[in-house]
Amino acid sequence: MPKGIWVYIEQFDGQIKKVSLEVLSASRKAAEELGHELCAVLPGKGVLEMAYTLGKYGADKVYVLEDDVLENFTTDGYANAIAGLIKENEPYAFLLGYTMCGRDLAAQVAQKVETGLMSDCVDMTVEDGQLVFTRPIYAGKVFVKATCPEARPVMASIRPNSFMAEENKKEAEIVNAPFQVGDIRQEIKDIVRQVSERPELTEADIIVSGGRGMKSPENYKVIEELADVLGAAVGASRAAVDAGWVPHNMQVGQTGKTVSPVLYIACGISGAIQHLAGMGSSKCIVAINKDPEANIFKVADYGIVGDLFDVVPLLKEEFESFL
Amino acid sequence: MNIVVCLKQTFDTEAKIKLTGDGRIDNKGVSLIINPYDEFAVEEALKLKEKDGGEVTVVSVGGQQAQDALRQALAMGADKAMLIDPGTEEVDEYIAATVLAKALSGMDYDIILGGWRAIDDSSAQVAGRIAEILNIPVVNMVTKLEVEGGKAVATREIEGGSEVIEVSLPAMITAQKGLNEPRYPSMKGIMKAKKKPMGKTTAADVGVDELTTKVKALSFSLPKPREAGKVIEGEAPDAAKELARLLHQEAKIF
Repeated sequence: MPKGIWVYIEQFDGQIKKVSLEVLSASRKAAEELGHELCAVLPGKGVLEMAYTLGKYGADKVYVLEDDVLENFTTDGYANAIAGLIKENEPYAFLLGYTMCGRDLAAQVAQKVETGLMSDCVDMTVEDGQLVFTRPIYAGKVFVKATCPEARPVMASIRPNSFMAEENKKEAEIVNAPFQVGDIRQEIKDIVRQVSERPELTEADIIVSGGRGMKSPENYKVIEELADVLGAAVGASRAAVDAGWVPHNMQVGQTGKTVSPVLYIACGISGAIQHLAGMGSSKCIVAINKDPEANIFKVADYGIVGDLFDVVPLLKEEFESFL
Repeated sequence: MNIVVCLKQTFDTEAKIKLTGDGRIDNKGVSLIINPYDEFAVEEALKLKEKDGGEVTVVSVGGQQAQDALRQALAMGADKAMLIDPGTEEVDEYIAATVLAKALSGMDYDIILGGWRAIDDSSAQVAGRIAEILNIPVVNMVTKLEVEGGKAVATREIEGGSEVIEVSLPAMITAQKGLNEPRYPSMKGIMKAKKKPMGKTTAADVGVDELTTKVKALSFSLPKPREAGKVIEGEAPDAAKELARLLHQEAKIF
C-alpha cells in the first residue's frame, strides 16, 4: 500500500519558498489523520543546510536530492529526479506549491507516473479516509471539491497563502536519496533576476495595486511609496498594463496573477469582474476611488471615495506613524 | 515549418456562473471564446509562419460548439483545424492530454504551441502532459520566442525574474501574456475561414480506448458573495486616519 505524504520543497537563491512551508504545515495534520509519514523532498545544490529546518515545520523525513545539475530548476532535470524517486518509493500523495516552477514540475511528474493532478487548490481535508481538495475554477466564480480515487500518488498543487506555515518542533531524519536526472533538454542560456526589495505578488501578505486611475507610469511612485512603508508588493489592473504603464507581470486578474494577500489596497481600480476574479480571495480589501459607483466598492471591506493622489500619500503618513 | 496549436474553448471572462439542479456548472446561454492564452499561441504560430513559411494547424478536444473557436483561429489565419470528440462527458487533464497527444503523434509537427493555462480550470498541465507523452521538451510561460535552425530560444517568466531557455525542435511552448498582441480576424479572413478544412475525429478514431478520469469532481459550489463593507466618510485626511485606525483596531491587520 502506498505510504507517505510527500511535499516538494521549492527553493530559490538559498531560500525555501514560503508556500512550501505552508504545504508542509498543512500536510502535518492530514498525515496524522491518515497515519502517514510526512516527507519533504528537497532537490538542489547546497541544500543540506535547508533540510535541517524542515523538521521544524512538521517533516518526519527529508529526502535530499543534491547535485550540481540541480542548481537551477530545469523541467526535465527536476521532473526526472522526482518521478524516479516516486516510482521507487510509491508515496500515497505528492503535494507542491502552485508556483511557476511548481506547475511545470507538477504536470510532468503527474504524467510520468500517470496520475491525476488537482491544480491551484486552496483547501485540503481528509474525508472518508482520503485526501480531498478544494479549488476555485472559473477564476473563483465556482469552487470544486475533487479527489483522486484510485491513481497514486494523489497529486495536488496548492495556491500560496492558502495555509499558515506553523512551526511544529520535530527532528527530521535526513536521507540522501539516490536519483537520476536523465537527459536535460532545456538549456538555460541566461537568468535575469529582477532586483527588487519587494515580495512576489503571489506570495505577498499586502498588495497595493493601481489601475486606470493612476493615469501615467510616473504616478506609480505614489503607490510604490505606500508599498514600501508596508513591505507590500505592487500590482496593477489590466487597464494599467494594457495602457503600457507597467509590465505584464504586475497584472492581477483573470489573465494575470491570482493573489490572496491578507490586505489588498486597490487604488484607482474600477473593479471589472476579471480583476475581482484575481484578487477576490484577499482577506481584506480596501478601495480608494473617485467614483462612488465603482464596482470595487461592492467587494471592498473598507472604501474611501476620493482622489487616490490625495488619499494615498496621507495613508502612507498614517501607517508610518504606527508601524 | 509545421506548427500545431492546441486550443481550448472557454467561457467568456465576463460569464456569470450558475449551477444546474444537480449541482453541475450550467453552460446554457454562456458565450464562449478561445482561451485567451491560446489566442497568444495562435498569434505566435501565425508570426512564425509569416517568417519562415509552413502550415498552422489548430486542434481542440471538445464538443461540436468548439468548432466556433477553431473557426475563429482559421479566420485569424490558421490553415486547417481538427476537432476531436473525446467520447466522454467527463474529461480531466489526463484524458485531454492523452487524446491530444495521440492525435498529434499522427501529425507532422516542428513546434507545438498552446496557452500556459486555460482561464476556466487554471490547471496548467495539459501542455506539459502532452510534451511528456510525445517525449519532446517543454518550455512554459513564454513571453518571447525565436525559432531558428531547428532550435527554439524562449524567454520565460520565473519568480523573481526571467530566464532564457534553448530547446531543440520539436518542442512544446506555452504562451504567457506579453508574448504578442493577437490580431483580430479580418472580414476577408472570416470569409476565407469558411472554406478551410475542419477535420473531425473521435478519441476512438485516433486510437484511444475508453479512458477513465484520474481526478473525480465530488461537488461544485458557488462562493459566498463578498459584501460591501464600510465606506469611510469625510475629507481625505480624516478618511485616511480612520482607515488606518480600522485596519489596526477592527481588521487587526497591523
